[in-house]
Amino acid sequence: MNTEDRSVLIESLVKRFGDFTAVDHISLETRRGEIFGFLGPNGAGKSTCIRMLCGLLRPTSGRAIVAGFDVAREPESVRQHIGYMSQKFSLYNDLKVIENLHLFAGLYNVPRDLVGERIAWALEMADLKGKEAMMTGTLPSGWKQRLALGCAVLHRPPIIFLDEPTSGVDPISRRQFWDLIHQMAAEGVTVFVTTHYMEEAEYCNRLAMIYRGKMVALGTPTELKQKSMKGELLLIECEPLGVAVETLQGAPEVLDAAVFGNALHVLVPNAGKETARLQAYLVAREVQVSKIEPIRPSLEDVFVALTSEREGRKEPV
Amino acid sequence: MNIAAQAAIMLAGLSKSFPGVHAVERLSFEVYPGEIFGLVGPDGAGKTTTLRMLAGVMPPDRGTATVAGFDVGRDPEGAKHHLSYMPQRFGLYEDLTVDENIRFYADLFGVNKAERELRSGQLLRAAGMSEFRGRWAGKLSGGMKQKLGLICALIHRPKVILLDEPTTGVDPVSRRDFWRILYELTAEGVAILTSTAYLDEAERCHRVALLHQGRLLFCDTPAHLKARLGKGVLAVTSPEPRRVREQLQNAEGISSLVLTGDGVHIVVDDVARRMAEFQARLKQAQVPFDQIQRVTPTIEDLFVDAVSGGKVRR
Repeated sequence: MNTEDRSVLIESLVKRFGDFTAVDHISLETRRGEIFGFLGPNGAGKSTCIRMLCGLLRPTSGRAIVAGFDVAREPESVRQHIGYMSQKFSLYNDLKVIENLHLFAGLYNVPRDLVGERIAWALEMADLKGKEAMMTGTLPSGWKQRLALGCAVLHRPPIIFLDEPTSGVDPISRRQFWDLIHQMAAEGVTVFVTTHYMEEAEYCNRLAMIYRGKMVALGTPTELKQKSMKGELLLIECEPLGVAVETLQGAPEVLDAAVFGNALHVLVPNAGKETARLQAYLVAREVQVSKIEPIRPSLEDVFVALTSEREGRKEPV
Repeated sequence: MNIAAQAAIMLAGLSKSFPGVHAVERLSFEVYPGEIFGLVGPDGAGKTTTLRMLAGVMPPDRGTATVAGFDVGRDPEGAKHHLSYMPQRFGLYEDLTVDENIRFYADLFGVNKAERELRSGQLLRAAGMSEFRGRWAGKLSGGMKQKLGLICALIHRPKVILLDEPTTGVDPVSRRDFWRILYELTAEGVAILTSTAYLDEAERCHRVALLHQGRLLFCDTPAHLKARLGKGVLAVTSPEPRRVREQLQNAEGISSLVLTGDGVHIVVDDVARRMAEFQARLKQAQVPFDQIQRVTPTIEDLFVDAVSGGKVRR
């Protein structure tokens, strides 16, 4: 067992439930201190994968090493060396802040002589000093979230798993939370995040996009935006939108056209070349164009491009 | 978009409190036929409470609201036949097929067979679900379930649709189908009020109301909202985002700076000037970066700026 290797290594991991393959040959590696995102819709296989990595579910085949331990052979050791924060924060609402911290210190077997010091550290990190006596249930959601994180890292694990950590939290608390995560990563903690939230994925250093149990892409957010798209995106503001979108869907050199609020998003092989041509094309068909400009694709655009391509191919098995 | 003079949904000073919280405070706006209006904000902003009051399932404390011309406080049942409300957990029968679910809702709303066949055919096609008519609802993917919920909610051709976070957790491809159906409905003159916690989804609406702790922050088109920010946004991509932040966080002209996975996102007063300054500063400090780009502000930038009074600094 290599105790120096404190990160995650997954090789061809598979989990089947009956005839359903929830996780289908996923392989990846995370570096120490990396914030790694697992991005995909509900039901894509993210949680199943995380449960295997946390030693809670046995893989059907393949191998996963977490914090130097094999998840199938040494699940207890894995669990002692990771932190886990679920979507629902798993805090006791009718306990005080300090009581939740003591409870988790006990659950994680923090040595008794270290409990005081660790709790003080967690309170400091979560910016909850002076709030020890507050009832957890009355905390604003952003504070609760930071408390949940504090509880999950009391035993100073080298790896933490965050399951949809900021869904529904207001944008300011979300930014503060991610600041905290970036700080922990800077101290060498590996952070593994699952999310279906494309905006949240932007905070990760690297991402794996998961769809129907398979990994469809892997890279930094910028790499994914630059490399995974079949073309470049144009934003076109024009009237009437309905006519314009139908016209464009049949136009040569247009890969895709969709209504987006008061404008269209149009995918073309080369934005620089197509701009003038598309404008003329639309004007000739009596569409009034008020604006046409290249835009950066979002992670959602990337995800759609990758998964619809897969749908078209009808899944070679 | 055809905007008729008569608002399909009208709120005037609508308020609702629960013990210890003002869930919705003096909310006023209108939604017109053919319009998709977004109610945008984090959990606890008051979105669901507002939708429940409009759906006639929860009485307001103060203020008035009309839906399709009916006052929801005085006549909560009045708008029922013109209205469709899709709560976060829409009641589909998992052990019934797609077709059977649709038939159930059609019967509930008194839709006759010919109309049902015509309407469900159109909607299933638009949703890309024609081949799944015989499948059990329980065996559908999350995205398909959500689209089926929408089809059931639309079977009686309501004039007003209230949707509570309809696309949360739905895969992006289904999400696009879902929005395509909504856009098609606007052509029929339907008024759509949809809530979302996704600030990026707000950009798909014709107009949005940004809510925070029960209050209305802004109400406008996404383009006008962004123009209102009056500031520009720069994205610096770098293999060492933390060092970029260290260098730039005390620079002049910054109102907010956020660390992202492979860079930093900065709201600045003057894009051209700050871009040049940041470039020089990073080069001088020998902090590696790939590029500094001007990017379009997001609704999130506006939200953060509004809530923090333009002074978010960490």
